Amino acid sequence: MCSPNPDLYLIKETFLKKTADLKRKIIICSGTGCVASGSEKVLKEFENQLKINSLEYLVDLKFEHKTDNKILVSESGCQGFCQMGPLVTIEPDGILYVKVKPDDVKNIVEQTILSNLIVEDLLYNNPSDNKKCKGHEEINFYKRQHRYVLKKCGTINPSDIDEYIAADGYSSAKKAILQMSPEEICSYITEAGLRGRGGGGFLTGKKWEFTRIEESDKKYVICNGDEGDPGAFMDRSIMEGNPHEVIEGMLIAGRAIQADEGFVYVRLEYPLAVKRIKNAVKEAEKRGLLGENIFDSGFNFNINVMEGAGAFVCGEETALIESIQGRRGMPKPKPPFPSKSGLWEKPTVINNVETLATVPLIIRDGYKNFRNYGTKNSPGTKTFALTGHVANTGLIEVPFGTTLREIIYNIGGGITNNDGSINKNGFKAVQIGGPSGGCLTEEHLDMPLDFDSLSGIGAMIGSGGLVAMNKDTCMVQMARFFMQFTQNESCGKCVLCREGTKQMLALLDKIIDGRAVEDDLKLLEDLAGAVKTASLCGLGKSAPNPVLSMMNYFRDEYYTHVVDKKCPTKQCKSLLTPQIDALLCKGCGVCVKKCPVNAISGVRKEPFVINELLCIKCGACIDACKLNAVVGG
Amino acid sequence: MKESIEIENSMARKFEKVCQILEENKYDKNRLIPILQAVQDEERYLPEKILSFIAVSLKVPPALVYGVATFYSHFTLEPKGKYVIKICDGTACHVKSSIPIFEAIKTKLSLNGNNKTTEDLLFTLETVSCLGACGIAPVVVINEEVHSLMTPEKTISLIDDILIAEANYVLA
Repeated sequence: MCSPNPDLYLIKETFLKKTADLKRKIIICSGTGCVASGSEKVLKEFENQLKINSLEYLVDLKFEHKTDNKILVSESGCQGFCQMGPLVTIEPDGILYVKVKPDDVKNIVEQTILSNLIVEDLLYNNPSDNKKCKGHEEINFYKRQHRYVLKKCGTINPSDIDEYIAADGYSSAKKAILQMSPEEICSYITEAGLRGRGGGGFLTGKKWEFTRIEESDKKYVICNGDEGDPGAFMDRSIMEGNPHEVIEGMLIAGRAIQADEGFVYVRLEYPLAVKRIKNAVKEAEKRGLLGENIFDSGFNFNINVMEGAGAFVCGEETALIESIQGRRGMPKPKPPFPSKSGLWEKPTVINNVETLATVPLIIRDGYKNFRNYGTKNSPGTKTFALTGHVANTGLIEVPFGTTLREIIYNIGGGITNNDGSINKNGFKAVQIGGPSGGCLTEEHLDMPLDFDSLSGIGAMIGSGGLVAMNKDTCMVQMARFFMQFTQNESCGKCVLCREGTKQMLALLDKIIDGRAVEDDLKLLEDLAGAVKTASLCGLGKSAPNPVLSMMNYFRDEYYTHVVDKKCPTKQCKSLLTPQIDALLCKGCGVCVKKCPVNAISGVRKEPFVINELLCIKCGACIDACKLNAVVGG
Repeated sequence: MKESIEIENSMARKFEKVCQILEENKYDKNRLIPILQAVQDEERYLPEKILSFIAVSLKVPPALVYGVATFYSHFTLEPKGKYVIKICDGTACHVKSSIPIFEAIKTKLSLNGNNKTTEDLLFTLETVSCLGACGIAPVVVINEEVHSLMTPEKTISLIDDILIAEANYVLA
């Protein structure tokens, strides 16, 4: 089954020759986001319309030898601009159509494919100046990014290994296996200053070196694709969009530490990523890039794909190892570190997906080139999942050291209100690093983002989720949301994490329900400190971070909740004292019917009043009133 | 009598399938999680009898199998509905109002308290932490199909569609 020593050059030449005379390429994004928006139907409709117009087309290059001026309809991985999906790119014209519906396809084929015209209605409309953007390079969301690791995500077909090889894929693995000693690889990666993208930010080369020097008959490489942070989807996009880059990174890691077996641990919630990675492993085996005696070097390497079963804590390396071994995913004390005793007590390297995908690029372009981007101590680029109340949500990649202002206002297009309209003064905070991270406020907008600057202010890059929040977001509710998450996901091993998070959650509920007293805030902080100190793994150690940083930056808001029993953003229903605006009320009586405690009374067609003594502050009247005459206090 | 034989037969068929799954995984106790995943795909849940059977077959204590089955949120020891509705409540979906969707469906399906599954075993309603589709939040997944940019009204009309399809199915 294995063809020994694959000739990468030949595969590349064959592929390029084959595609050189393609007339056009229609690339349809098939990341999870676009699929959910209906990209599969769009693809089917393209085939259908091309058939109707008797245009010759291909959907799979694998089995073709000649392309004869035909049109290629190809799927790609996530292009990042999920909110505008389904995305359709037409090459070589360089046109990007957004929000394409199956009904639009007929128009695209007739106008663009047959008559070389642009369908203006399907172009991206820049919300700030209403200008139509033709392609990626005109759109701020893309223009301001520096897509390095994600470069091939969204342009190549993730299911075709040849296309990856044609883009110089696997050449770094070949170089590492044939021309570099394991020691050289480790020091090269250390020299590049690559730091783990999964959260901790440990130097990858050093991690490899520690594992390399261990003597053992068996070593393992694990790719951590258990991206559990709510609000983060960088790893999913890479696994879906360019799975071979991850496999190549694992091959190089395997060579560096002299392991012959690897595991990819993927979240079960990412079915498409599982499918694509499994398929990529199979293709690489067929091409002889995985298996025995790779490139005739005597180096063997095999990869297994393992699906998680829905436990956030398995993102922690020792818990992940337990899970692969078929046990409850509970963390173990370190040391011993996995580099000494990991999977089945053998030396093991665990790297995050994005870290591994960066490795081939460092070897291909040289470590000096890598150091050209980013800051001195955090070189390179970082992908972020930009979501929440921003105009452009999606997957972005920027060099370390980029400011939050650049990300939120230039790439993200500014903060939006709850109804989606842009609000120039709407910025309140950004949660970075998910439930383990902290929040950044207006004062941090111009701070360069990197590992060290963030840890200095009690936040962390984490895996890279950036959730923007507008002025209508209640910071107590947000803290409660993250607390609820970590409390659910605590594995229960350490008492302080298991019980402490529960009590913290209860205290936050007390604040939200208006039952808290001032001392509760102090208690909350003390408890947070105890949970941080007495938990074993990262989950417990970082669980109090969101509460602490939100209390730090929005202390007034917490005090208003506790002392004045008011929620400034009017999100906490128990703290609302609804009042009827006599000027707006038409006396229709809808609120009277909705009120569960008969606290509203009045004469029809005249302004009603709420009896504050009876009112239980449920907010039903506010929701019921169509005239917005009932307002919370 | 006839009924009990039928039940016996259906149990035997179930165990046959489980044996096949165990076989495919070479009775390797390290592969417990993939085994449980495959069994749950087949049965839609993990019946206690099957858990004990797996423990005996893999020569591990039943407590270990039970421990794993209750640790991971994907596994369920109770039967799930034919349609599993997952409301994503990750950060991005949460800030874009996913909870009102959850509440609306809960009311629509008349689920009280901690009940997750309707009595007719047609629907199960649950929240998940993040599906990684944050760019199109809020997201609702019904079985495998992902629905983007949802509102309570849109979700309820999806459920109505399913109810109509089910009613037609019964009639046909």
